[in-house]
Amino acid sequence: MGHEETVYEALDHAHGGEGHWAFGTGFDDPLAGVDTTVPDGVDPADLGEYCLMLGDDALVLAQRLTQWITAAPELEEEVAIANVALDLLGQARLLLARAGSVGVLGRSREKATESIPDEDALAYFRDADEFRSTALVAAPNGDFAQTIVRLLVASTVRLAVFARLRESRDPVLAAIAAKGVNELTYHRDHAARWLLRLGDGTDESHRRAQAGADAIWRLLDDLFVPTDVERRLTEAGVAVDPAGTRDEVRSVLVQVLERATLRVPGWPAEAPPRGRLGQHGPELAELLGVLQGLARQHPAATW
Amino acid sequence: MRAVAARRNGRSGHIGREDPWEVAATVTDPELPTLTLADLGVLRDVRIEDDGTVVVEITPTYTGCPAMGVMRADLVHALHRAGFPDVDVRTVLSPAWTTDWITAAGRRKLVEAGIAPPGAAPVRSPGPVPLRLDATRRTAACPLCGSSDTEELSEFGATACKALRRCRSCSEPFEHVKEI
Repeated sequence: MGHEETVYEALDHAHGGEGHWAFGTGFDDPLAGVDTTVPDGVDPADLGEYCLMLGDDALVLAQRLTQWITAAPELEEEVAIANVALDLLGQARLLLARAGSVGVLGRSREKATESIPDEDALAYFRDADEFRSTALVAAPNGDFAQTIVRLLVASTVRLAVFARLRESRDPVLAAIAAKGVNELTYHRDHAARWLLRLGDGTDESHRRAQAGADAIWRLLDDLFVPTDVERRLTEAGVAVDPAGTRDEVRSVLVQVLERATLRVPGWPAEAPPRGRLGQHGPELAELLGVLQGLARQHPAATW
Repeated sequence: MRAVAARRNGRSGHIGREDPWEVAATVTDPELPTLTLADLGVLRDVRIEDDGTVVVEITPTYTGCPAMGVMRADLVHALHRAGFPDVDVRTVLSPAWTTDWITAAGRRKLVEAGIAPPGAAPVRSPGPVPLRLDATRRTAACPLCGSSDTEELSEFGATACKALRRCRSCSEPFEHVKEI
């Protein structure tokens, strides 16, 4: 290819020369060629809903993290945060595509034109009440210390789920999880080492890290309470019951905070899942406004 | 479980055409253009179906690797030019790619490009993933002067697959393909 045609021309060629649409250029089906048969005895609607839960967590956190680009305390950390976000975006793409593959598209298809692939329809054309992400990932970044605490908590929780999900009866979920475990381990350990630097750093960094932990701990209340969908799919050997990950998550978090010379905030009382059922605060709608604005204003844009 | 080594299936009944594996194996990584997809272990399988379709299996390095779409397009284009009109590029997610699949030739080309190749990938067991709080213990020889006295500057680099290091002997910074 090289001198004969640019990458974009090659992509255009591969797409039959039909031109690019702005949110699909080169991003063809990430599950192309993957066997997406639903395992026996599993309700496709449940499977799709579960993929939205895991996919939306990744998409929303990726969007939050990218808000640090041009604003991180040092250039290397900006690159690091962008890389973490990119990994999460990749996980979100596979999971949303998996939801689309079993026909779970919600109202997105009423708004997205035919040419828009399922994963993009789900990302750009669902309103907040159709998102299944938790309040933990939607919360505003706060300062850098709070962002690091949230990344630590979110990647610890997700890693505990993905480590178990490697045994899922759905081979697509199992494969996404096996790959995700490598990425999430790197994210969690990176966030944990940052928290050691901040907590055991200057008075100011310690104060901020403690305030970040106090703020984020409150969002742990509904992370370990399963929805009915998770209960049914856990029964079917497809999903992971978040309740079963709580002790492991708590032990990892306590270990990090103690090493960081931080006071471990009280574990909040359990609350019924809200985000997983589509109940969100205004911060998610605000985030989605930025994420989805261009796609909705110019749904067939090309560049 | 699939074989972990990349496979190449022999052709049959396609006299006069190039071996599609050889064609696919010339396609390079968009981010590391001195390395081919075969060097990287991204190219998993190339075969010709009974109807003449060339089926190519590739595996993403990182889930979010933005180069996958370009790799896919480049593979289709290279095979079209080699006289294979029907090409089906499939994604294989399992087993997950590991840097252990980068070939000896690939490692040599990385060093020639000034990038330190990865060491052995960490072994993942089924249970909980242990927390690692101490500074990373990875080592990598400087690809420029060969010194083993190097330090990590950042765990993340310009692409998802690389970290940034510096050589204490020749003071040059360099990239290191992280072990996964």
